[in-house]
Amino acid sequence: MEILVCVKRVPDTAENEFELNSEGNDLDRDDLVYSVNEWDNYAVEEAIQIVDKVGGNVTVVTVGDDESEEVLRREMAMGANNGVLLSDDAFEGSDCRSIAAILKAEVESGAYDLIMTGAQADDGAAEVGGMLAAMLDMPYASLVNEIEIRDGGKIKAGREIEGGNQEMNEIELPCVLSIQTGINEPRYVGIRGIRKVAKVEIPTKSASDLGIEENSVGEKGSKVKRLDYFVPDLGEGAEMLEGSTDEIIEKLIEKLKSKGGLG
Amino acid sequence: MARIFAYIPHKEGAAEDVAYEYITAAAKIDPNAQVTAIVTGHGDALDKAAGEMTAYFKEVIKIGGEELAYPNAEVIRKALVNILPADAVFMGPHNTFGMDLAPGLSVKLDSPSVSDVVDIEGMDGSTLKVVREVLGGQFSTHVTCDAANGAVITIRPGAFEPAESGSAGGEVVDKSGDAGDLTAKRRFLEVLEAEIGEVDITKSDVLVSVGRGIEEEENIEIAQELAEAMGAVVSCSRPIVDAHWLEKSRQVGTSGQTVKPKVYMAMGISGSFQHMGGIKGKPFIVAVNKNPKAPIFQVADVGIVEDILEFMPELAEKVKEL
Ligand SMILES: Cc1cc2nc3c(=O)[nH]c(=O)nc-3n(C[C@H](O)[C@H](O)[C@H](O)COP(=O)(O)OP(=O)(O)OC[C@H]3O[C@@H](n4cnc5c(N)ncnc54)[C@H](O)[C@@H]3O)c2cc1C
Ligand SMILES: Nc1ncnc2c1ncn2[C@@H]1O[C@H](COP(=O)(O)O)[C@@H](O)[C@H]1O
Repeated sequence: MEILVCVKRVPDTAENEFELNSEGNDLDRDDLVYSVNEWDNYAVEEAIQIVDKVGGNVTVVTVGDDESEEVLRREMAMGANNGVLLSDDAFEGSDCRSIAAILKAEVESGAYDLIMTGAQADDGAAEVGGMLAAMLDMPYASLVNEIEIRDGGKIKAGREIEGGNQEMNEIELPCVLSIQTGINEPRYVGIRGIRKVAKVEIPTKSASDLGIEENSVGEKGSKVKRLDYFVPDLGEGAEMLEGSTDEIIEKLIEKLKSKGGLG
Repeated sequence: MARIFAYIPHKEGAAEDVAYEYITAAAKIDPNAQVTAIVTGHGDALDKAAGEMTAYFKEVIKIGGEELAYPNAEVIRKALVNILPADAVFMGPHNTFGMDLAPGLSVKLDSPSVSDVVDIEGMDGSTLKVVREVLGGQFSTHVTCDAANGAVITIRPGAFEPAESGSAGGEVVDKSGDAGDLTAKRRFLEVLEAEIGEVDITKSDVLVSVGRGIEEEENIEIAQELAEAMGAVVSCSRPIVDAHWLEKSRQVGTSGQTVKPKVYMAMGISGSFQHMGGIKGKPFIVAVNKNPKAPIFQVADVGIVEDILEFMPELAEKVKEL
């Protein structure tokens, strides 16, 4: 089975205290720590486990800049066989639709049985996988939390739905699945693993390599535009308790008592 | 004038809350918009949901058929593509169904797509301007899209006020005949219900809920000690369950349990909408987080900027002394 997993390099929400830049139209990106989108690690782990069972190859692909190579290497250290970087100035400013269009070109340059994305990335869009599937005219299932490869070019896939219930589907291959966290336990990647793949060559493909018309993607080709970033003002917000830890606890206990929080 | 079509999700004929929230959202796009509800399904459930919607929408399109008995997004998408006009502004819910449907629908309709919309600024010419959140709710952004050829947007359940009274006196239009070929390469098999765990967090008045801020499995004990001192039960956010540190039945949120405690202690939880979506009945929310900008402070009643690994044991000590 040939599996393609789409991965994205995102600012790490656990490692950063985000600030806006002075114009207020973007994050201050100077010292941000980036990592692989959390959902994508689950997708790569799942792909590796499937290939371990039924044979084949896992390829990881990302649309990004030179620095995105590091996330491909990380996923290759996990066990992905190949990495491909799709990079071009013309890709900058792409909305989800443009990202999907770029990925589509890569899918069509290979012969993949299964394509995976994460359920969502840093923008919480949850769109790229479903768009890619529709562009490829392949069936799609989102929020997949279980995959069983069946005979006859079919899979059985569980989708996580509200309340933690699971919706079971039978899907024909090739298909696109977006993967939900919790489907597996992504393996740990140590420094040694990263070192092993440090010198592996990762091909980079540009718009013209992919046969993509420059104006059809990126800033020019995207109909959805982000204007700014701002801190939401949801009314009052919490009453912040301040002082020494002892003082805070004293105030908190008084409040908890009056709200029925202490037995 | 925008032509808006709102997809009504329902369970056995009972419309989900978002059905009433679309009306407020649509009015924010264009107060004079013509808003049509679309209901899909089969048999009595379909008729019940469509009938209910006539109180809120002037026009209710129903699309019925055995293939539509279960809401399989791949099948529904095909029907919608055949029924929606080219300039339709389509609204769906940003939930597990909407995430399945909307991206592909927008490609097939060749309209731009904006997901998880939390507010709408309005329509200026054909430019639709909305608000959405990024980075787990840490920031909001204004987003525009050119809706000249329609648009597909999904709205966050609970983000818009529900419409109050229903006196639209609408009519049901049956478009089942226009749905076209509904065969799909994804076949629905069954729904497996979530397993019931050993503790029922929905029964507790006080929850000590831990998130990724707990950092390590061993530290769960710290929360358990605090919960014991307070006569509370330990619940958690999703990453704790994904890591198998606590069982699934303790997870609060849209893909976990819906709880209605009196007091909710959010310990090292950032406050994503999927987590907060599981907390109902307006409990008194205490948030402890070491990041003063954590989004949870926007929705909590009381906020404390501390390291939970140090704060929880001290609080437990003081509570025990009472
Ligand atoms: C379809 C779907 C359904 C989902 N359903 C759910 C659901 O039902 N329930 C759910 O919870 N999530 C759900 N999620 C996931 C959700 O989007 C978030 O990823 C998740 O809620 C984040 O959990 P968290 O707040 O514990 O972690 P994070 O967002 O990583 O936040 C951790 C917080 O802890 C703080 N912190 C770190 N260390 C410390 C410390 N020592 N002391 C104090 N504070 C500290 C950090 O500042 C941060 O604010 C769902 C996602 C999807 C896509
Ligand atoms: N720039 C990108 N390169 C490769 N894959 C991406 C990119 N952006 C998004 N994806 C994929 O699409 C998924 C969902 O992202 P989104 O639709 O942006 O929320 C991610 O988990 C990735 O698998």
